[in-house]
Amino acid sequence: MSWLGRIFHRRDMYDELGEEVQAHLEEKTEQIMRLENLPRAEARQAALRAFGNQTLLEERSREVWQWSRLESILADLKFALRRLRRSPGFTITVLLTLAIGIGANTAVFSVVRSVLLKPLPYPDSDQLVSLWLNAPGAAGLANFQKGLPLSASMYFAFSENNRTFQSLGVWIAQKANVTGLARPEEVNTVLVTDGILETLGIPPLAGRALTAADQIPNGPKSIMLSYGYWQRRFGGDHSVIGRTIIVDSQTRTIVGVMPRGFRVVDHDFDILVPFAFERNKQQLAGFGLQGIGRLKPGMTIPEANADIARTIPIWMDSFSNGPGSDSHWYVKWKITPDFHSLKTEVVGSVGSVLWVVMGTIGIVLLIACVNVANLLLVRAEARQLELSIRAALGAGRGRIARELLLESALLGLLGGALGTGVAAAALRFLVVLGPANLPRISEISLDAGSILFTFSISLFSGLFFGAIPAWKYALTRTRVSLGAARTVSAGRERHRSRNILVVAQVAMALVLLVCAMLMIRTFQQLRMVDPGFTDASSLQTLHVAIPDSLVADSRMVVHVQNNIADKLASVPGVTSVGFAQTVPMEGVGHGWNLIYVEGKIYQGDPPIRFYNYISPGYFQALGTSLIAGHDFDWNDVYNLLPKVIVSENLAREEWGSASAAIGKRMREAPSEPWFQVIGVVRDVRYDGVDQGAPAIVYWPALIKNPWMGTFAPRSMAFAVRSKRAGTQTLLNELQQAVWSVNGSLPVASPRTMQEIYSKSLARTSFTLLMLGIAAAMALALGIIGIYGVISYAVSQRTREIGIRMALGAKKGELRLMFVRSAMMLTGIGIVIGLGAAFAVSRLMRTLLFGVSPLDPISFAVVPLILAAAAALASFLPASRAAAVNPVDALKVE
Amino acid sequence: MENSKNISRDLFPGALEMMILESLRRQPAHGYVLVQHIQQRSNNLLEVEEGSLYPALQRLLKAKLVKAEWTISSATNRRVRVYEITKNGSLHLEKEISRFDRMLEGIQMVLGPKRGEMNS
Repeated sequence: MSWLGRIFHRRDMYDELGEEVQAHLEEKTEQIMRLENLPRAEARQAALRAFGNQTLLEERSREVWQWSRLESILADLKFALRRLRRSPGFTITVLLTLAIGIGANTAVFSVVRSVLLKPLPYPDSDQLVSLWLNAPGAAGLANFQKGLPLSASMYFAFSENNRTFQSLGVWIAQKANVTGLARPEEVNTVLVTDGILETLGIPPLAGRALTAADQIPNGPKSIMLSYGYWQRRFGGDHSVIGRTIIVDSQTRTIVGVMPRGFRVVDHDFDILVPFAFERNKQQLAGFGLQGIGRLKPGMTIPEANADIARTIPIWMDSFSNGPGSDSHWYVKWKITPDFHSLKTEVVGSVGSVLWVVMGTIGIVLLIACVNVANLLLVRAEARQLELSIRAALGAGRGRIARELLLESALLGLLGGALGTGVAAAALRFLVVLGPANLPRISEISLDAGSILFTFSISLFSGLFFGAIPAWKYALTRTRVSLGAARTVSAGRERHRSRNILVVAQVAMALVLLVCAMLMIRTFQQLRMVDPGFTDASSLQTLHVAIPDSLVADSRMVVHVQNNIADKLASVPGVTSVGFAQTVPMEGVGHGWNLIYVEGKIYQGDPPIRFYNYISPGYFQALGTSLIAGHDFDWNDVYNLLPKVIVSENLAREEWGSASAAIGKRMREAPSEPWFQVIGVVRDVRYDGVDQGAPAIVYWPALIKNPWMGTFAPRSMAFAVRSKRAGTQTLLNELQQAVWSVNGSLPVASPRTMQEIYSKSLARTSFTLLMLGIAAAMALALGIIGIYGVISYAVSQRTREIGIRMALGAKKGELRLMFVRSAMMLTGIGIVIGLGAAFAVSRLMRTLLFGVSPLDPISFAVVPLILAAAAALASFLPASRAAAVNPVDALKVE
Repeated sequence: MENSKNISRDLFPGALEMMILESLRRQPAHGYVLVQHIQQRSNNLLEVEEGSLYPALQRLLKAKLVKAEWTISSATNRRVRVYEITKNGSLHLEKEISRFDRMLEGIQMVLGPKRGEMNS
């Protein structure tokens, strides 16, 4: 018989089997009657006993013809689905709980996977190394967040002399003005040396990549486009290869387009421009370039460190800082390579945030599972009679357990399917929310790995919450008793597992609430930090860069900038305007140098100080008050008067107080004339609210020193104070004001200070948001759990309540009895939870600011919140208990 | 019930099938007779749960080691399903018996003489 035939004839076969078994029993009965002289009924009993479990054996016989139990599982599945359909309230509650729990986990896992686990989107990305140096001998360098960047001369020394790299190069992100197209615009530029594209290993989408030939000084002026810029400006036209565009007044030929999604490390750009360094003009200094390299196969980072350490003396031998300077001066800096994998560089500190979020969301899922397990327990209890009867009729214990587990696995998988939808929505929301410093955010997606993860946690949670009732009702023998169904008041033991679940829920919810509370306190602390400027929402910032091809002379550059500032100030509603090389919290690095203070004798070098170049009026626009002395005026600037302003912390460090600093003198090099301190300003948190305010030297926007001559920074951020900040109309007017000075000057990155400020809080607010959501879910689930357990206890004990009332118990006492039992469970949960929170909060240390991981306020407030919520959750069903009419309650049976 | 389960569990997998095939090799029979035959031949040492015969018979049927036919029993005048060993069944039985013999031999070699030697 073919398998197909078997399926069609199966019904007949099953009938035959039944007939055969009946015939067997009949024959046996007759034989027993004959041999042992028993009446028919007794003989039949004996025959049945000898036969064994008839139902089970017939089932086993039928199973022979089925596909390895698959069909009986399918039948169970059908049954489970039918049962779920019949109780929509239960099903919807469970599915929603699971969908949210699983969905949240899938979403966070997708983020963790895309950001932390997946390799970077470059071929053999584990060979990629980020090149940072350490210079423990350079005083003040500790202020740099990542270490010492490279100089151009280092690039030559390293790339020519290393033995461990296939390729290496340096790059830097800048802005450039593109003119000659529709209207002038400032574009994001990445300047690269040879070796960068080779290291990253991504071929161009169209045209060719930049090569060594493009790096020849005075050679061909080439440029590559990003996919986005190609689409935006040229509509993805392939004939663009070979065309020229004007970048910072330099005509350049487009040689290629990079593919979609290509970034230089973590940097999105519009155009890629070759550095074209002149090797023989490079000095030792100029440490401002980021380096990356690709290791030769089999080479490790320590080997690369050792290799480059060997080339540092070669670097000092081959270059100098100009005639007469000591080229081995940097020996004192003790420069050593401190390379790390490129992934570490890209991912940065976000790892700790994501793991904390993943952990908390995982706990939420556990709480959700516990809730569902509780519901299933209630459901299984209601089915106890049915299950007992089935067991009595010959259902195997395994069979019943399988059915219960199948039901819960089904719930888990359905929940997971819905959860995938939730996750997709959550991810979209997350990407829109776009926490500014979440790296690789463009790579986040719901891929096969995430789906597999969802499937596994769905199945796992299904089996997890299903195992509890299955174990209780199918696998333990004591449960299977028909009598139990008629008990009046549930025994203590019957409640135990649900009580344990509630305690676990409360404990887990407490941990999450404490974590969320700590983040709220951190956020509060950060908000209380004085950033050093006022009313961020009425402060508009925008960038204007003046290329030297447009204005060659430094003094003229400042004139143009001054003109722009005046025009901006005349825009209606603008109260003050100033400009500076960097505005606070933009995440732009600082310029820095050694600063010598008059009258001090240094052992070795003086400390390194950060600096900024500013215009008169900058502090006024920013709202940064002068503590002592006065601001620059334009006369100081144009006449190159050697004046300087310092930050309060610098003044205190060098001269003891702000007022003592006025009139003191400082300089960048022994060969330079002294600069006199004319003002001291309040500290400004340039690197973000959670970072200390750096000590800063403010130079005027035009400065003269021996090695640069007359120098003016060409890319300036303008700070415009206006109540209209952030509006499009103001922006248009500001843009017009800039163009009225020079029509080919673009306005770039206009933002209000509030946006910049919020962005610097992004990591904290992101963590806070995620933990807040997790904690709110945990609290809600916990309350539902307590409510459910107490309501069920009330409904089970109605009769007992009736008896108590009949015996004279007061309503208040009864209510108290139930609330007390809930508070008891909550209390135990809180104690356990506090212990766990003590341990867990330490893991959050790096995310906190101004708050101890054992913050007494958080640890005191959260248990109170939980206790109050638990009291409320138990009060409602307890009141229902108190409202029971004793006569009705006793009549129930 | 628990008791009989323990005994049937003590039979090694395939033992019941082997006994059924051996009985059927001697002569075709229906289920009830098969049970009686096995129990008598074993001097009731193997108290096979009678019903457990049927899943085993279904397995043999499926593997085409036996075939079945409904007839009227001459002894009881009842409609019964008589099982008959197939050619495949005979071959399978021979193989199984020789495998079983080898296994038994092995077990005896481990348990039997050695134990005696060690005791002496």
